[in-house]
Amino acid sequence: MPDAAPASIAALDRHGIAARIARDIPEGWYVNLGIGIPTLVAEHVPPEREVVFHSENGVLGVGPSPPGAVDPWLINAGKQPVTLRPGGSFVHHADSFAIIRGGHLDLCVLGAFEVAENGDIANWATTKNDAAAAVGGAMDLAAGARQLWVGMEHTTKDGAPRLVAHCSYPLTALGAVRRVYTNLAVLDVTPRGFVVLEMVRGLGFEQLQARTGARLFRPE
Amino acid sequence: MIDKFVGSMAEAMAGIRDGSVVLLGGFGMVGQPDALIDGLIAHGAKDLTVVANNAGVGHTGLARLMELRRVRRIICSFPRSAGSLVFEALYSAGEIELEIVPQGTLAERIRAGGAGIPAFFTPTAVGTRLAEGKEQREIDGRTYVLESALAGDVALIEAWRADRFGNLTYRASARNFNPIMAMAGRLTIVQTQHAIVAGGLHPEVIVTPGIFVDRVLHVPYAVPADKGGRNA
Repeated sequence: MPDAAPASIAALDRHGIAARIARDIPEGWYVNLGIGIPTLVAEHVPPEREVVFHSENGVLGVGPSPPGAVDPWLINAGKQPVTLRPGGSFVHHADSFAIIRGGHLDLCVLGAFEVAENGDIANWATTKNDAAAAVGGAMDLAAGARQLWVGMEHTTKDGAPRLVAHCSYPLTALGAVRRVYTNLAVLDVTPRGFVVLEMVRGLGFEQLQARTGARLFRPE
Repeated sequence: MIDKFVGSMAEAMAGIRDGSVVLLGGFGMVGQPDALIDGLIAHGAKDLTVVANNAGVGHTGLARLMELRRVRRIICSFPRSAGSLVFEALYSAGEIELEIVPQGTLAERIRAGGAGIPAFFTPTAVGTRLAEGKEQREIDGRTYVLESALAGDVALIEAWRADRFGNLTYRASARNFNPIMAMAGRLTIVQTQHAIVAGGLHPEVIVTPGIFVDRVLHVPYAVPADKGGRNA
């Protein structure tokens, strides 16, 4: 597990972050999961809790990747083979993004390079000069879902904070993020800034602050 | 008698001109009209503007079309992916123009192109560099970007089943951009896995009605062995 934190801090691995996010998704929600840690969330929602996963390429009711026989015509946004759950359906691309942009999704979970204290998110291009970066559906998802959560590592591999006062990477959307789940903490984005809801065992508030590029607040 | 089936690839491609805007269905490889893209390569049209979600992988299909320098400009949401080597080489050499469009905006621009809507306001990309230079307007307290419709001179479509009227169904997530591109193409050409007798498609399951389709080529392409019995 790549983690810059000392061993005494019970930092979560990628599946740990995904499982923590899954705990907060209630039955009946329609949810889009982005590529990376968010994709893992589906594995941690118990099958008896009915959550309908949407994939931007026009699939409602995405199920897990099939163990054996694969249907080459049924893939998810990451272009991996998937299955369709009972009650699933297919729509064309304009309707799929009407679902996204029209505010019909209860939740979208995305990965990110950076999240700013005002909810700005940067998750598609790593440099200002990369004119050929692939945006895909990221901007539509960030602007359209009724709420946006981010699942990501708290810092970069080099220890630089990903929760920041202002994003330095090219933006995906303004003021869109509602909540951030990292390997170290769960934080809400509020008008005050980042409010720390939870920290992993062995981690103190000041230690978390030291790993964060924006001011942290305790819940009121 | 209306019969939109054509008997050969040459017939399917007839009349596609240099400089055309070509809409290519598909999301990655799924729903991509591979046979028609090969037909377009053989046809030889050049100086094309291609609208597709991705910019091709490997050295076949769209990547091959680009490698042959037939594509002047590509409009897509996800140009860079594993295997997009031809695009990357051409782009870094300045030999292809690129317009990156957020995927939902791309879909809606195409939808609008087939629906007689010249432009629309969307919240997507506000405050990002993909909105730079575009008209913005505040509506009910939220800022939106003006985006223009995108129609094609030609649309190349992959269907699952088709009848002689050009009515189409699609298979699973291979639907993706195909129905809206069929609507937005001035000349819409379809390859279909299955040719169905007229009346054989139930009206309630037709996804693309034949009014949006000009030509259909029956291309029974390979079905992986492990899908036995499901290709109906």
